[in-house]
Amino acid sequence: MLNIIWSLLVVGSIICSLCLGTTQALSDTFADSAADAIQLLLTLTGVICLWSGLMKIAERSGLNALLSKLFAPPLRLLFPRLDKDSAAFEAITMNITANLLGLGNTATPMGLKAMRELDRLNGGRDTACDEMVIFVVMNTASLQLFPTMLGTLRSGYGSRAPFEILVPVWISSAAALTVALTIALCGNRLSRRRLCG
Amino acid sequence: MGFIMPAFAGVIILYGFIRRVPVFDAFIEGVREGFFTLLQIAPTILGLVFAVSLLRNSGAINVICAAVAPAANAVGFPKEVVPMAMLRPVSGSGSTALLVSVFEQYGPDSFAGRVASVLAGSSETTFYATAMYFGCVGVKNIRHTLVAAIAADLTAMLISAVMVGIFLS
Repeated sequence: MLNIIWSLLVVGSIICSLCLGTTQALSDTFADSAADAIQLLLTLTGVICLWSGLMKIAERSGLNALLSKLFAPPLRLLFPRLDKDSAAFEAITMNITANLLGLGNTATPMGLKAMRELDRLNGGRDTACDEMVIFVVMNTASLQLFPTMLGTLRSGYGSRAPFEILVPVWISSAAALTVALTIALCGNRLSRRRLCG
Repeated sequence: MGFIMPAFAGVIILYGFIRRVPVFDAFIEGVREGFFTLLQIAPTILGLVFAVSLLRNSGAINVICAAVAPAANAVGFPKEVVPMAMLRPVSGSGSTALLVSVFEQYGPDSFAGRVASVLAGSSETTFYATAMYFGCVGVKNIRHTLVAAIAADLTAMLISAVMVGIFLS
C-alpha cells in the first residue's frame, strides 16, 4: 500500500512540476528535503529518547501495570484475544493513556513497542494481524483530551478564548474514532482467518 | 494545561523512587533504547518528508486543492482550510505550518480559524503514523488500515465544520 502511495506522491509531483514549470523549485527540493528530514529527526531524537528513558522507569516501577488496570476494561473489548498481562496489551494501554494525556512523543515509543510485541505474537509475518489494524487505526485518530499545543498556538495568535474549541474537538474526535473503529472491526470480521499467535 | 507534562514526569520518577527502582540506571537504559527506535524509523521519515516536500514545492498540492474546493464548499467546509486539511494526514509539521498561516491570514477566532483548529485537534498524521508503526516491524500487507484511517480523517473534516457552526457561531 505504502509502496503505491509513495510512488504516486513522488511521480505525480514530478509530472505536475513539469506541467506547471516549477522544475527549479523541484530541483531545490531534491537538495533540501533530505536535510530537512534529518533536522526533524534530530529535533525528535532528544524528546523521544528523554521520554523512553522516563517510560523505562515507569515500566520498572510497575506504574505501567497500574495505569493499564485503569484503561484496561474498555480496551479489552477491542483486543479480546490478547492476554491482559501480556507485554503487548500493557504497551497498548500505555500508548493510549499517553495519547489521551496529549503526550504524543511519549506515546510513540510505547506504540512502537506495542507493534514489536504484536509482531512477535504474529510470528513476524508480512501481513498485519487484527490487533495491529485496530491499534494503528486508533493511533491515526486523535484521542487527545487536552490539545495543549493547539491552545498555545491559538492564544499566541490573539484568540480571545483559546480553548473554546474544546467541545467541538471532543465531538469531532469521537465521531472520527467511531467511524475508524467500525470500519476496522468490520474489516477484521470479513477476513477473520488472520489471527495473532 | 502546561503542567501536565512535568507532572507526569514527576509522578513517574517519584513512584519509581518509592518502589526502590534504580531510577537513573533505568532512565539511561531507556534513552539507549530510544536511540535504537529512532534509527529504525529514520529511513521512513526521510522518505515521507521527501515525498511531501515534492508535493508542496511542485505546486501539485495547489492543483489538488483547487480540484477539491468545490466539493468542500458543497459540504460547508471553508476553502481557506483545504490546503491544511489535505496536508494533515501526511505531515504534522507541514499542517501546523498551514494552520498558523490560517491564523495569520484570518485570525484564530474567524470561522476558518476555528474550523482549522478543530480539525487539527481531532485528526492525526495518518500516513506518517501508519508508515512508522508498520515500518518498524516490517509488515507489508496492512489490509484495511488505511481505508479506516482515511474515513476517520474525512469524518473529522465534515464534523469539524458542522461543530463550529453549532457551538461557536
